[in-house]
Amino acid sequence: MEGTKIPEVIERHQTALLDDWMKQQLAASTLRSDLLPSAELREQSREFLELLRQASRQAGSTDVAAPAWQPLRDMLTRVSRSRGEQGFSPSETATFVFSFKQPLFSRLAEAYGGDAKGLAWDTWLATAILDQLGLFTTEVHQKAREAVIMRQQQEMLELSTPVVKVWDGVLALPLIGTLDSARTQVVMESLLQRIVETGAEVAIIDITGVATVDTLVAQHLIKTITAARLMGADCIVSGIRPQIAATIVHLGVDLTGVVTKASLADALTHALQRVGVSVNGRPARA
Amino acid sequence: MERIPILKMGDFLLVTIQVDMHDRLAMTLQDDLTERISRTGAHGVLIDISSLEIVDSFIGRMLANIAGMARVLDAATVVVGMQPAVAITLVELGLELPGVRTALDVDKGMRVLRHALGRPTPQEADAGAEG
Repeated sequence: MEGTKIPEVIERHQTALLDDWMKQQLAASTLRSDLLPSAELREQSREFLELLRQASRQAGSTDVAAPAWQPLRDMLTRVSRSRGEQGFSPSETATFVFSFKQPLFSRLAEAYGGDAKGLAWDTWLATAILDQLGLFTTEVHQKAREAVIMRQQQEMLELSTPVVKVWDGVLALPLIGTLDSARTQVVMESLLQRIVETGAEVAIIDITGVATVDTLVAQHLIKTITAARLMGADCIVSGIRPQIAATIVHLGVDLTGVVTKASLADALTHALQRVGVSVNGRPARA
Repeated sequence: MERIPILKMGDFLLVTIQVDMHDRLAMTLQDDLTERISRTGAHGVLIDISSLEIVDSFIGRMLANIAGMARVLDAATVVVGMQPAVAITLVELGLELPGVRTALDVDKGMRVLRHALGRPTPQEADAGAEG
């Protein structure tokens, strides 16, 4: 960054730049005064300007990944995260950095006067730096969003696979949602683990809450059932809706050797018979 | 040489695998077991694999083979106490052990064997006599 007046300009006009920039940001259509009070915005802008001044003085190049830019990157990470949580859009967040261009360019133009060549060069340098910083905030914003999605996925995975003991030796596994490979793995593991823990001989897999059954889902189900059988427990599949029964037959999925029942109640009756418990229809004595 | 003990219990043979199976041990077990079945005329074989934590395609096929050979020699085979990880591995390997009976523990395995051979357990026999 030789022959540039950027650090000098920022240093000399720091307060004036901040005022110009604030004026610009407050007038912009992307201003979210509902989410961010202007005092806080001013504080963030002041900090950005201060760190930019230090970084541009120390840095040897426009590469913002260099160590000299670390404090500024940290500050932007913080700002981007907090704005992401407050509900700003990625472009609104990036505009925070991009809007600094106009005040900076006009000060640079002032400083260079008639030297068009020097001005063009410095304008290019400033654009390179601010663009990278702006994109950096977008990236952080996106990463924060992705982290939220990942966490929610994990939570859904854990929420959706409860294995319930309904009787001595009978487990029930109500499945809800879509069965993909990752979920089947979790379902299979938790079911087999509970079979070991409880010594259950029968497990009812209820698929009332499964929206669609395709060949892959059917294959996953069959795998789970086979694994349970290898351990010595029988599986009953229940809650098969008419459409799903039709799909299974049309797809040619072979469910012979698997006990299937229309409702969970039927499956439970079958399971109780299987473990040797008889249920009569009479109400219990008071 | 390392061997897996085969215990005779009445009409049944009891095999408890307490160590990690390696290929040669499995081969030896297969030979010993078929030899014992034909010598004793046992009608049931119970293989307890509850301590077996690692299984590969060879051991998986060995289990299926042992069960198949026992069937040819007129002995029902029940595999008991398979660990979840082992069951998942066998399914992923496509070794579903068709024709092999399974049970959760030795107790239930014995019941399965007696059922398969049409011999009620002592308790069931008592209950039958009373009824």
